[in-house]
Amino acid sequence: MAMQSDSMPDRFIGKSIPRKEGREKVAGRATYVDDITMPDMLHGVTVRSPFARGRLRGIRFAQGIPWDEFTIVTAKDIPGKHCVALILDDQPCLADQAVNHAEEPVVLLAHADPYLLEEARRAVELDIEPLPPVFTIDDSLARKQVIWGGDNIFKTYLVESGDVESAWSRADLIVEGEYETGAQEQLYIEPQGMIAAYDAEEGLTVWGSMQCPFYIHRALMTLLNLPVNQVQVIQTETGGGFGGKEEYPSMIAGHAALLAWKSGKPVKIVYDRMEDMAATTKRHPSRTRHRTALTREGTLLAMDIEFVVDGGAYATLSPVVLSRGTIHAAGPYFCPNVRIRSKAVATNFPPHGAFRGFGAPQSIFALERQMDQAAKALGLAPEEFRRRNFVKKGETLAVGQVVREKIDMAALMERALELSDHHAKRHRFAEENPRREVKKGIGLASFLHGAGFTGSGERYMASLVGAEATPEGQVRVLAASTEMGQGTTTVFSQIAAEALGVDYDLIEIVQPDTAVVPNSGPTVASRTCMVVGKLVESAVLGIRQQLLSSSLLPDKYTSEQFRQACRKFIERHGALKSTSEYSAPAGIHWDDEKYRGDAYGAYAWAVYVAEVSVDMTTYEIRVDDFVAVQEVGRVINPVLATGQIEGGVAQGVGFALYENVVWQEGRMVNSQMTNYIMPTSADLPRIRVFFEEVPYAHGPGGAKGIGELPIDGPAPAIVNAIENAIGVSIKRIPVTPEVLMEALESVHA
Amino acid sequence: MPEAPKVAVSFAVNGEPRTVDAYPMARLLDVLRQELRLTGTKEGCGEGECGACSVLINGELVNSCLVPVAQVEGCKITTIEGISGETLRAVQEAFVECGAAQCGICTPGMVLAAVTLIERHSAQPTEDDIRNGLAGNLCRCTGYMRIFEAVLQACEKSVGAGA
Amino acid sequence: MRSYLPAYDMRVPLELDEALETMAREPGEWKPFAGGTDLMVLLEQGKLADRKFLSVVRLKGLRGFALTDDHVTLGAMITYRQVQTTAILQQEFPLLCRAAYETGGIATQNRGTLGGNIANASPAADSPPALLVYDAELELVSASRTRWVPYAGFHLGYKKMDLRPEEVIRNIRLPRTKKNWRQYYRKVGTRRAQAISKVCFAGAALVEHGEIGDVRIALGSVAPTVLRCRKTEALLRGPLTPELIRAAGDELVREIQPIDDFRSTARYRTRVAQKLLEEFLLGLITPPVGEPA
Repeated sequence: MAMQSDSMPDRFIGKSIPRKEGREKVAGRATYVDDITMPDMLHGVTVRSPFARGRLRGIRFAQGIPWDEFTIVTAKDIPGKHCVALILDDQPCLADQAVNHAEEPVVLLAHADPYLLEEARRAVELDIEPLPPVFTIDDSLARKQVIWGGDNIFKTYLVESGDVESAWSRADLIVEGEYETGAQEQLYIEPQGMIAAYDAEEGLTVWGSMQCPFYIHRALMTLLNLPVNQVQVIQTETGGGFGGKEEYPSMIAGHAALLAWKSGKPVKIVYDRMEDMAATTKRHPSRTRHRTALTREGTLLAMDIEFVVDGGAYATLSPVVLSRGTIHAAGPYFCPNVRIRSKAVATNFPPHGAFRGFGAPQSIFALERQMDQAAKALGLAPEEFRRRNFVKKGETLAVGQVVREKIDMAALMERALELSDHHAKRHRFAEENPRREVKKGIGLASFLHGAGFTGSGERYMASLVGAEATPEGQVRVLAASTEMGQGTTTVFSQIAAEALGVDYDLIEIVQPDTAVVPNSGPTVASRTCMVVGKLVESAVLGIRQQLLSSSLLPDKYTSEQFRQACRKFIERHGALKSTSEYSAPAGIHWDDEKYRGDAYGAYAWAVYVAEVSVDMTTYEIRVDDFVAVQEVGRVINPVLATGQIEGGVAQGVGFALYENVVWQEGRMVNSQMTNYIMPTSADLPRIRVFFEEVPYAHGPGGAKGIGELPIDGPAPAIVNAIENAIGVSIKRIPVTPEVLMEALESVHA
Repeated sequence: MPEAPKVAVSFAVNGEPRTVDAYPMARLLDVLRQELRLTGTKEGCGEGECGACSVLINGELVNSCLVPVAQVEGCKITTIEGISGETLRAVQEAFVECGAAQCGICTPGMVLAAVTLIERHSAQPTEDDIRNGLAGNLCRCTGYMRIFEAVLQACEKSVGAGA
Repeated sequence: MRSYLPAYDMRVPLELDEALETMAREPGEWKPFAGGTDLMVLLEQGKLADRKFLSVVRLKGLRGFALTDDHVTLGAMITYRQVQTTAILQQEFPLLCRAAYETGGIATQNRGTLGGNIANASPAADSPPALLVYDAELELVSASRTRWVPYAGFHLGYKKMDLRPEEVIRNIRLPRTKKNWRQYYRKVGTRRAQAISKVCFAGAALVEHGEIGDVRIALGSVAPTVLRCRKTEALLRGPLTPELIRAAGDELVREIQPIDDFRSTARYRTRVAQKLLEEFLLGLITPPVGEPA
């Protein structure tokens, strides 16, 4: 790791430097998209299909609305390709002849009066002839109706290690289980919003809440048939994303853009909560079937896993969600024979999409529940079974990746058990539960999460980061990575300041604007700190190198001397810039066809322990204490990193116990915060976070990615704890009190 | 359709007298953000669940998305832009230091709720007091732990009840 | 905002008489509007059917308070926050304070009113079961008359109540008769705070010499209106045996009519209602520390 001097202690890395934009945020001065107005601005709304599937026969505009005052856009108006460009380009921006999910966008309206606009929205009648929809994974696989492609299947994967079929006859014990997870809404507190302005000369400019400016840029070029330099996408302060603003913003940006293009005026579209919940993406529901062969010594002999995710009506990111879920499906264990067969299937639900974890929370839920079942069948404690099966350095994971990191999962688990007082509590609960109406239990989950894009993803992405000095000696970092609360701006500043050995205030992180910053890739996949942060480091070092080479900077320098050197260099040469491009670390090999090899450059490893109470009067479940222990390479900013873990755990608690999407005819009917239940502060336990650090050579300061890791563990740890408390094995989440009651009553029946 | 005219509503915002011309049932939230360009107060849900729209009316914490502007005639409204005092400064400092704001969208409401909570408690609130007292402000990013820490820290640093 | 705002009107009368006169002049045209925590949600969703409102939330005439030896009389516009901080209510009507504490969050409690809650007539409201247990009475006023009705007879059906179009709830009167009764309140919501109830149970019992002399049981969220379970109450006299508890539970199941909705299921509501009854009754057998059996 490059530093001014290896013997100097870190000034910024590892310190809880306050959030760079923190003061604005606590004063209410941060500017989100809905805070922006422009002269002549129109508001835009979307008319959506009430049916999950059907033929769109016509659109009628009812009497009583002054339609000539409105800008109206339908599919026929689209100048470019009729799709939201992403992976398969199968999703229309506006439905044309068919609708394939409830809430599918059909007509766009714009007007200056937002109240009249709503009246108009109600006055658009869609003539749709309903067709039989598909709402379950089984119906989709059975092809009762073929609703996508030739067979309803977006993607399949096969991962194989060893020879699973040969293992069954050799097994001492075989355990089977089927596990399901439901859809989960990202529920960022700032709803989706975009403002677009179009000018025939300048082109299209879009401002909004987003994670991936260049995804939107590409989607808009495609939709409006505009060249690269005629589309500009600017990120405004983003009030939470969690994946929900990874791909969906391309859709809403496209809508705002079409209205702006047609009307000639700026158009703002901001969803209200009901529309945001009902119409935008959610976590893919999943079903996983495990068949596990065990030896009587308590080791894994074979794992046969079928993992299916429901992708909704269009592909969006399903192939990639499936990929990550598949690769994580066998977890941090060594098993000589593994087969993972996975599919992403189409249904007539609104398309599911990215949400923190991205397939891994689903497959890890199933795995960690299954591991507890295996332990139970063997008569081993859950932790003992895991101890006998953790993968070690030098061994291979299911995809054939040799673990090169110095990870000791047994020690990590030991620490988690100690910190949570696991053994004493388990013993005490077992003794006291028979006498109590509120039964307590404790459970754990052990898992890993790969950072960065899978396999060759980072190589294809070829991320670029720029750095430039200003005449005042500020160093500006130019990257497309967005701040959405996770700390991008602060962490990049720390990395840059550390690398240059200058004051933190010298660093400026430029607002992501596709006209200004290079494409450092999307803000997803736990890659921002580890992959892009590393490029930030090398980009700013490129600035320093030029100063050193020009003899304007001595070997040891102060911040002030650095400033002066920049000033002089720019006076002499006009500009001081540097670019850094991603290059894959040596020795990383991934075979896209066989789906084998080094899936991720690095993994974060974790063991989480949940303590629960189950109230046998009301069947309510409460998490009383939560311990999260993870090995993450290097903690760049302890407060920010802790905040990431705590927030991810909270979302995991919601995933496990509270967050239930209620569907009726393919529509989410509980699309309000009153009825889609997210945990309040009163529902969450103390979340106790502990880090270990085994530096990763290719991450800045040794850091690995951690953004998604914390949402993988809570659900299985909690449901394992419930089983410990009441002896009932529940295999689907969310475990609402109603579900718990039914499970208990069917056991006693 | 029959239309009710806009009405003039006069009230004080952050110490300044204002009169707006608005539909009587326009949400106070919208009047603040659009008519008065005070965009620090945010909309998260439109149904009084998330607390991002919290303001003070005559010193009391309310969800401004649920208040028709006609009802604030003669009232004193305080938004994040106008709140001031020892407790506020302590809360804001603590929020920044403890990492209580991540994406920041819930933060204005959370800061107001924290200030009123501290000022309402005659003694140092416990973590449970804070946990329950802030239950009307939803945060999706933090899991609340940093927020509790910030409020506890602010309590210790601020002068106390009635500050 | 899914409603066409220009179509909505709100006037802010300065005195109660003014409001009542307007309502009498155009019966059914003008609806009283209190704290807004229910109606504004409907407005936002485009589901607010009424168009003309009179803001009554700050009318002095609806914010009275009276304390006699026999009654506490609360003005209908008392907020949940005020309920919780009113000393006599803390002392003698703890279930009402508990219900107010469990209603929404602080911001809702600063605006929501008892009168508004009653008139909104949600079967899932938190305070009504406590009001029923306390034998509350409502004073209904119009420009021409005043009448008192027992709250127990007020709700006639789902969102139907004994309130004439020209009437407003002025006062809620609580007889101070339950001081020495054992009291119980439990709301089971979708989460710990800021939750709509799935089952809500309020109970009070006069226990003398280990026997039940009198009892009140009221539930929310298990019927089209808040429900006073008179048949179950009628069974509960005398010594509290396991058989009596079981019989009361069976009767309760017959009396309530819970439904499936997107919040919960009829089966869950039924089962939990029974268990809350059991918890209430078992709590009567074991007296709290310091109290005579």
